[in-house]
Amino acid sequence: MEAMTIQLEHYLILGAIVFSLGVAGIFLNRKNAIILLMSLELILLAANINFIGFSRFLGDIAGQVFVFFVLTVAAAEAAIGLAILVVLFRSRDTINVGDLDSLKG
Amino acid sequence: MQLTLFYIFAAVLVFAATMVITSRNPVHSAMFLVLAFFNAAALWLMAEAEFLGVVLVVVYVGAVMVLFLFVVMMLDINIAPLREGFTRYLPIGAAVALVMLAQMVMVLSSDHIQLISSEAAPSGVADNTRAIGSVLYTDYLYPFELAGIVLLVAIVAAIMLTLRRRPGVKRQNPAKQVRVRKADRLRVLQIPAESRIVPNAAAQAEDKK
Repeated sequence: MEAMTIQLEHYLILGAIVFSLGVAGIFLNRKNAIILLMSLELILLAANINFIGFSRFLGDIAGQVFVFFVLTVAAAEAAIGLAILVVLFRSRDTINVGDLDSLKG
Repeated sequence: MQLTLFYIFAAVLVFAATMVITSRNPVHSAMFLVLAFFNAAALWLMAEAEFLGVVLVVVYVGAVMVLFLFVVMMLDINIAPLREGFTRYLPIGAAVALVMLAQMVMVLSSDHIQLISSEAAPSGVADNTRAIGSVLYTDYLYPFELAGIVLLVAIVAAIMLTLRRRPGVKRQNPAKQVRVRKADRLRVLQIPAESRIVPNAAAQAEDKK
């Protein structure tokens, strides 16, 4: 009967799958800055899933408080990242990461 | 029953995450990311983290993802050059992701690593929001205030980055408007009154003739 309940491994493996998908997204869409930001969101979500799982199975509320802070920082990161994208598009007319090579010697 | 629900939500979450990174249109990617967050919120609700599940839907789906959609739709981007290299990097990306996933699963399923008890610890509190609030404003007060500062810096940075001052734009200067005095706006001119029109006696005499 124990196998029929949700275990800590379920949360951890789900977090691992989502994290891997986020890393794969960074590899696949390395030209598109918007999808890169979305992949970062996926990676943070994976970390949060792990936090929630540990918080549930250790009975410790601190994990949830930490997820709260991670959400705060992720929201700030998304806001600034998108602002940078808007400025970038305004000045260069592209968000292709491959075109941003003006620092190349 | 719980496990079945978990598998359903987890399957949709993984499907949505896959579509986020493989979708051709960035708008579709953002929509699938919304779906992924929604399923994650459902999973968090099942894990008795009700407050964070609601916060994920309200803050993430409601604010951050709308910001993403707003930017994606505002930028008129040409998708075709952004997609080049997708098939070229597909093998290495998939390989790296699969190797990492395999390693993490191997660590988790290893016999040498004893995960904590398989029984979910009883939370002991019925009110998840109250439990979070009672530690957030006492034990974690200092980090909480730092989080507020992080958000403030993000607001200032986002506004300063996207603010642009174009020359030649007509705009109001409220300080100047308030400081204005009567003498700056109103000028009283002295205009001499019209003299009375007297009928021309010479012309009348001419008519009589």
